[in-house]
Amino acid sequence: MMKGTRRYVTGFIILLVLLTGFAAAGLFYGSVSFSPETVIGILSGAEKGTTAANIILSIRLPRVLAAIILGGGLAVSGYLLQTYFANPIAGPFVLGISSGAKLAVAMAMILFLQNGIYLSSAALIAAAFAGSMLSMGFIIAVSSRIKRSSMLIVSGVMIGYICSGITDLAVAFADDSNIVNLHSWSMGSFSGIDGDDVKAFAPVILLSLLAAFLMSKQINAYRLGEVYAQSSGVNVKAFRLGLILVSSLLSAAVTAFAGPVSFVGIAVPHLIKKLFGTADPHIIIPASFLGGGVFCLMCDLPARILFAPTELSISSVTALVGAPVVIMIMAGRHNTDHQ
Amino acid sequence: MGENGLTAESLAVGYGRNILISGIDISLRKGMIITLIGPNGAGKSTILKSISRQISPLGGAVYIGERELREYDGINLAKKMSLMMTGRVDAELMTCEQAVSAGRYPYTGRLGILSPEDRRAVREAMELTDVLSIGDRFISRISDGQRQRVMLARAICQEPEILVLDEPTSFLDIRHKLKLLDILRRLVREKNIGVIMSMHELDMAERISDYVICVGEKGIAAQGSPEEIFSKERITSLYGIDKGSFEERFCTAELSAPVGEPKVFVIAGNGSGTSVFRRLQRLDTPFITGIIHENDLDFPAAAALAARVISEKPFEMISEEREQEAVRLIDSCESVICPLDSFGAINEANRRLKEYAERTGKHVIK
Repeated sequence: MMKGTRRYVTGFIILLVLLTGFAAAGLFYGSVSFSPETVIGILSGAEKGTTAANIILSIRLPRVLAAIILGGGLAVSGYLLQTYFANPIAGPFVLGISSGAKLAVAMAMILFLQNGIYLSSAALIAAAFAGSMLSMGFIIAVSSRIKRSSMLIVSGVMIGYICSGITDLAVAFADDSNIVNLHSWSMGSFSGIDGDDVKAFAPVILLSLLAAFLMSKQINAYRLGEVYAQSSGVNVKAFRLGLILVSSLLSAAVTAFAGPVSFVGIAVPHLIKKLFGTADPHIIIPASFLGGGVFCLMCDLPARILFAPTELSISSVTALVGAPVVIMIMAGRHNTDHQ
Repeated sequence: MGENGLTAESLAVGYGRNILISGIDISLRKGMIITLIGPNGAGKSTILKSISRQISPLGGAVYIGERELREYDGINLAKKMSLMMTGRVDAELMTCEQAVSAGRYPYTGRLGILSPEDRRAVREAMELTDVLSIGDRFISRISDGQRQRVMLARAICQEPEILVLDEPTSFLDIRHKLKLLDILRRLVREKNIGVIMSMHELDMAERISDYVICVGEKGIAAQGSPEEIFSKERITSLYGIDKGSFEERFCTAELSAPVGEPKVFVIAGNGSGTSVFRRLQRLDTPFITGIIHENDLDFPAAAALAARVISEKPFEMISEEREQEAVRLIDSCESVICPLDSFGAINEANRRLKEYAERTGKHVIK
């Protein structure tokens, strides 16, 4: 037991150090770089009103917080979906849930903006939630008919393409100038997120995270399969519904503000399980949240800096890091199947 | 044999609206093992799933203790009944101890943190099933036999009154089968648990069960004590055995007897003939054997495999009549095999048969 506990403590320390490090880097570097003293000064309230303070407080700080909170939310969403489908490569992006949310948000924006109505953050999240539930419903219908897990992923990817295709068409035909920034959002990006946005999504994601953590006991029992979970007293129907709602809400909140961000949901829980040597939800849920934050902060740096002032879409970077992890998982699974 | 554990009254089971079996009556008291036997696909698993509420009963009623099954909520049912199924469990990065601890679900709080009492129950269950030493290993990396015992420990530490097991011994080697059944017997004796399970191994089922229910293609074919159930007729008709035969005394099976005109005579007895009979069966050579007493160890295999058996009643001297018959049959055969090497007062005739065969120039093999 001690060995486990020590490993967990070490794991959390590593994650916190990385999180602090990348968050600091996110504040220091960019098209203009600041010294640590300046940044600390600004954060503690000095230099109010200067350009530097503006850049740090209204652009970089919200962006760093967004990467942490949204990245963490995606990772936890992925972990919950993996539990639901008993499939290690399930995730909000692969299953088309992010794309469903994206489609719904884009449609809502186009519809309302053309009529001159500005959408509140809550309305954005609601639209994204509706879209992700739509994709989720489709995936669940498919998975109840086809038991093979590879088919689940294939149909998820297809739904993703369909939703993206419709979104792209809609964005291309919508000529309102407000919709121009829809384009970078629909590729996935943490840019343009301000303090008000953070105040809107932070409570949604943190409450969902809490809800996920409170399901740890059920998740743990469910790891042995549905039959054993039920026989030890889990209300399987309610539990599965809870998993769907929380994971959809998490990926919806992320998608509403950052667009679809790929592979975080699969790669992070997997790497976290490897780091901690367990899949116990009590550990993995908080650790995945931190890990998702680290992962997105890390990927957001090159997205911002590499071709500044032009930005890369965050999904391009997360895919570069995340896709090999997925391949690793599948190769590893193949091996254990034949042992 | 104690209080009521599980009772089923004219239960009907099946999937959706299709009733597979109806009119099932089960009375499982605590401290008792009931085994369901019967052919593949007849519905043993369906019955077990229905009484453990994995699928809804389609008629009749199931009682756990005094209350009906449907009156229980998940947690309260879990405290009364636990399960072990056949399928492989494949939880990644889950240690055996964690898998066993999952059985404490109905007793732990909101977050599922184990109390010292929970840990004691887990430890005790792992001790009973002899898996303490592999507690730290991942459940995906242990043998099938170990995994079955880990899952049994999980079921035990749930502290049920009734244990439902679906083919607990399938896929296990003989050592692990015996070990598992030994644990079940101890569990029933020491913890006064009622066990209901399905099983394919008839020999083991006969030895471990207090009561046997035969689930046939057309519903419940019979139920009763193992002594009543494991007769040649019942088992043959239950499984529809048409090749080979079931031997009731040892609860074993023999392959089908070779057909044709027998050309070999085997002088057997005292258990010496059984392996010869089986070898002749493999060579597809029909044979006659004698003179075997009906209580001889060789008799069951002889009755199952020989074209003809010349037998004598238990403990009687071999009669003149039987001996004459054997002599006639030896005359009709080309060779004689005599694995028998001990002759006593009551089978003295067999020595004379051997000498007769040698005298008349038959090819006599030992």
